[in-house]
This record gives sequence, C-alpha cells and structure tokens, in this order.
Amino acid sequence: MNNTANIIAKDNEGTAIWKFFLSELKPKGKWLTPFNIISIPVIILGIVLIIMRFYNGLGTVTNLTQSVPWGLWIGFDVVTGVAFAGGAYVLTFMVYILNMHNYHSIVRVTVLNGFLAYVFYAGALLLDLGRPLNVINPIIGNNFGVSSVLFLVAWHFLLYMVAQLIEFSPAIAEWLGAKRAHKILSGMTIAAVIFGITLSTLHQSGLGALYLMAKEKIHPLWYSEFIPIMFFVSSVFAGLSMVIFEGSITHKVFSDQISEKNHHNHNKIIHGLAKICTGAMFAYFALQILVFIHGKHWSLLNTGMGYWYLVEMIGFVLVPMLLYFYSYRKNNMLLIRVAAIMTMIGIILNRLNVSVIGFRWDSAIRYVPTWMEIVVTLTVIFIEIWVFRWVINRMPVMRESPAWAKENK
Amino acid sequence: MSINRRNFFKVLGVAGATLATDSLLKTNAEPSSNNKEFSGMLYDSTRCLGCQACERACAKANKLPEPFDKPRVGHIRETNDKRRTIINKYNTSKGEFNIKKQCMHCDEPACVAACLTQAMIKTKEGPVIWRADKCMGCRFCMVSCPFDSPKFEFLSSNPKIVKCTMCYDRLLEGKFPACANACPGDAILYGTRKDLIKEGRKRILENPTQYTDYIYGEHEAGGTSFLYLSAVPINELGFKTTLQKKSYPELTKGFLYSVPSIFVLWPSVLLGIYEATKNNRSKSENYE
Repeated sequence: MNNTANIIAKDNEGTAIWKFFLSELKPKGKWLTPFNIISIPVIILGIVLIIMRFYNGLGTVTNLTQSVPWGLWIGFDVVTGVAFAGGAYVLTFMVYILNMHNYHSIVRVTVLNGFLAYVFYAGALLLDLGRPLNVINPIIGNNFGVSSVLFLVAWHFLLYMVAQLIEFSPAIAEWLGAKRAHKILSGMTIAAVIFGITLSTLHQSGLGALYLMAKEKIHPLWYSEFIPIMFFVSSVFAGLSMVIFEGSITHKVFSDQISEKNHHNHNKIIHGLAKICTGAMFAYFALQILVFIHGKHWSLLNTGMGYWYLVEMIGFVLVPMLLYFYSYRKNNMLLIRVAAIMTMIGIILNRLNVSVIGFRWDSAIRYVPTWMEIVVTLTVIFIEIWVFRWVINRMPVMRESPAWAKENK
Repeated sequence: MSINRRNFFKVLGVAGATLATDSLLKTNAEPSSNNKEFSGMLYDSTRCLGCQACERACAKANKLPEPFDKPRVGHIRETNDKRRTIINKYNTSKGEFNIKKQCMHCDEPACVAACLTQAMIKTKEGPVIWRADKCMGCRFCMVSCPFDSPKFEFLSSNPKIVKCTMCYDRLLEGKFPACANACPGDAILYGTRKDLIKEGRKRILENPTQYTDYIYGEHEAGGTSFLYLSAVPINELGFKTTLQKKSYPELTKGFLYSVPSIFVLWPSVLLGIYEATKNNRSKSENYE
C-alpha cells in the first residue's frame, strides 16, 4: 500500500496524496442548479425512509404482502436497472472484441454508467433484504446454495462489478497520475472485457430465470420457459437505448469537456447504435411472436391483460423498432432519440409486467407500491447521478486522456 | 431459432455438467424417488371436525398466538407469520367440509432450490425447515413456492421466514407433530410417506363412495410429504389442481446446466473474434 502511495505522490509532483483527495472531494461549480434543488430534499427524505425501514421492518415502508414478496425495489431497481446497464457489455464487445474503433469515445462513460448502475441497483437489493447482515453467507463460508438462480445472479453481480472496475480503472489511474498502475491496468482490459461479457450474458438471462419457478403466479402472456433468452436479447437494445438517451443528455451537460473531434463523431455513433437497436429489436420481436404462437394464448388477447400485452408489444416494441429503422434511414437524430425513449419505456413495461404487474395478476388485492417505495427508488437514482457527475468532473471520462496516458499504451 | 439454441445449450450443459463442474452444480433438491422413507402426514378431510385443536396445538408448540377466529363458509383464512396452519370451511357439491392448510413439504422443494444460502433445507427425515443463522431474507423462497407456504415477518427489524416445520424438533425427540398428536378425530395421520399412500389407497378402496379417487400431493409438484384425502375434488376446497406434476426445481435446471458450458464457450469464442478482428484496429489507426 505504502508503495502505491509513493508512486502516486511522485507522479503528482510531490503533492501529498491525502491533500489531493481532500481537494477533489470539494464540489466544483455552482451549488443551486435545478437538479440539486430537486434531488437534495428527495435524497434526505429517502435516507430517513431507509433508516425507518431498517428500524421497523419492510412492512412500514412498503406495500409488500405475503403473496407478493417482491415489489418495486426488485422489479424496477434491480431487474429493470440492470437491463439498462447492459449497454456496457454490448459496447465493450463492439469496441474491444469486434474492434469497432468509431465507438471508442463513448466506452468509458458507458462503462462508468454500467459500473455505477450495478453498484447502486445491486445496492438496492441490500435495502430489500430482511436480514442484510447475512448477505455474506453466500459469498464466504460453506453456505453455497448452488442450485439457486439467485446465487448465480448474486455472484455474477459481484464479479461483474470487479470486471467493470478494472475496465474503468485506467481513467482512475489517469486522474491520480499513476503511470505505472495505468500501464498494468490497461493491460488487463481485454481480459476483463471477455470475462465481463460472459458474466453479463449469464446474469442478464439469469434475472429472467429468477421467475421460472413462479410458473402459476405470472400471467401466461409473460411467462414462458424462454424468459431468460428474452431478458438477454432485450438487454442488448435496452442498454444501447440507454446509451443513446444518456449520451444525448451528458453531451449537453458536459459539452465543455468534449473535444471538437468527438463532438463531430457523436451523431455518427448514435446513428450506428440506432442500426444495431433495429436489428436486436427485430430479433426480439420475432422471438416474442414465436413464443406467443407456441403458447397458444390467442383467447387471452381479448382480456384486459391481453390489451395491456398488445400495448407493450406493439406500442413499445414494434413502433419504436420501426421508428429506429425509419430515423436511421432518414438520419434523423431527433427521431432516434424519441425511439430510444419509447424503447426504454417498453423495457420498463416488460420488466414490470413480469415482476410486478403480471405477478399475481389474479389476486383480489393487487400490490401497488407506496409513495415511500418510489421516493427510495428516486433516492437511489439521484445519488447515482451525483456520484456520476462527481466522477465526470474529475476523471478523464468524457474529455481526452492526458498525453502521457496515450504514449503509455 | 430459440429452441435450437436452447437445446444446443442443454446438450452441452449435460456434457459440461459431467465434467469437473458436476459437484458444484449438484442441486440441493436432487431428484428423490418416491420410495425414499420421507416422513409425512395424511390428512383426511372427511374426518376433520373443524375443531381447531391442531391450530391451538401448533400455536402452543411454536409459541404463537392462539387462533382468534373460527372457520366458517365464505371466510377464507390464510396462514401467515403468526399462524402456521389453518382450517377452512367450504360449501361443496357434497356438503360442508373442512380442510387444513400448511406447508406441503415437497419431495423436491422449490424453496430449497431457490435458497442461495442453504437456509431452507429438506431434511433426510422429510420436513423442510428454515435456519435463521443462514437466511438473508431475500424472500426468493416465497416467490418460488407454488403453494405460497413460506411467510415473512414484514414488521420486524430482524424478520424470520415462518412456515410449518412438521415439528422437526419434536420428531427428533421421537414425538409426533403437534397437530397430528392433538387431532381428536384421527383426521391427521403421521407416518412414512410410502405407508401413508398405501393407507390412503386402502381408504379409497374400502369407501369408494366417500372419497374422490385421488390422493392430492402424491404427484403434485413432484410429490409432497403432506397428502390429502377428500370427498370432493380438492379445488372445491380452495386448493390448486393446476400445479405441474414435475418438480419445480426442474424448471430452472435447464438454465443452470447451461451455465458451465457458456463459461467455457463464451470466452474462447470472444477471444477468437478478438484475434480475428485485430487487423481492423491497426488499419483504422493508420487512417487517423
């Protein structure tokens, strides 16, 4: 440890490392932005609710029941959030494995986003645990429930976070000015990428496999033995739509950090991603149709849930797919962004339909989240954005790496 | 396409599972044949008086509050974190009948396969029990259980999963489960599962008009340790008859078996593509 500290200090022209950290912890820029004004009260309220939840039990804050034990925190924070974080593995696949170099300028920000999403949304899983101190049981010791899909998902979350941290670590090394560490960490990137893609394939589908045993509890239009494959395929375009959406925002907010060349490149990148989304969504839609026909559920279409199913499949899969296709052909950036937002709504609908809305659809008392569950969810998202902003403003994520880092390769 | 891919993984999964990963993947809920000597209970709905002696005995044995309401037609009572067994009364096509409800103690329980900390286990004696020091409270057992047996203390800062344990600690002391012990009408019979099925068949054979020719639990969810005899089809008594006959852990087996093969295949495929496309990179760098 002492050794690393020495290296860092040397590279920073002798400034003591703790002084450097302290100065970096201070906020940069204005305090009273609209985002801060909204997010700070929500975060404070959310933290109070989280304390209440740990002090008096889950029932004080949530509307969960004995027959609906998983609600918004699992269905939205974990299951949906992880689908949106899928952009990281798709982009690293394109850039490092397929060597599509055009997309290199957005890899770092996407990996950072993915990493934070996993930290915070898997962190939201901890909020939902009744006995959170025992979370170490499946990680250490002899309590491996290896026949559990959740065991697989938990381990993959953990390992994938490490893989993403390694993928992102060169940026941290550049921030600290740690030249030797940078060289070592950069050399580990490709291994981390391959490991990360493998893990992602398995846990994206694993999140779907969680619901396989709830066969009679999920509405038949959403339950099939192919849920894992559906979740995996849809995570591709869910992640990329998130990249398009989030990229459009960060590009405006942090535009001062982006070089002229990358500014120019950004539209080309979004254009390319739209093309990939079209293809992935087509595959997904075709799979959904196959599963629907295979399941022989025609009669269910003419029910309330059937109309809801059609809204999801046509309104938020087929329509955005066609929109992606059209806007890609016409090179219309605005429409691509509209399609991305519609796709994201479709993913939220799909994940919630499996995990919350279609779960126990036939029970007399339906689960509806409390306002407190929603506030805690917003708290998690807002804190993530705070950390994201903190990192972007300090490390070379959007902006170019320092000159020494480029020579270091 | 999806089917091919899935089957492809299944085949590879079996191959992969037989390799070194075999021991890792061995499920807690290994298929157990029906003639294994699991203990169980045979509940005969036609003999049940609805006196709630079993409920009171259960509450006493497990230090839970006494039942406060009586079974009556049209009032459906449920097990929860305060009561592990309940009696309900239904008006059926053959008149009024009582029915007992509690954990079914499946031969291959979904909750055990779902548990990632081995907190929920199927004991070799038959009961499915929960261990407080292992559980992290994720409630995946509740999501997975087809009978909705595990219940959770939502209003506790250190919540427990609550369900019938077939009085496992009493069994170890050589005593009968509290409910079977307390029943004044001989409606609950404790014994080995094999003997109970024989006894059930015998009763049906001797009184074919009194019973429907079906032992609920013999095949449901791959077989359960709790077995039911009733005068009417049991869905008239509030039980699901649509449950699959295969065990529930079977549903995730295909997915879990594909894991080791993906772990072997994916990295090598990715590395291959990486090597093959390396040239693109040097080319594009030259252009810059």
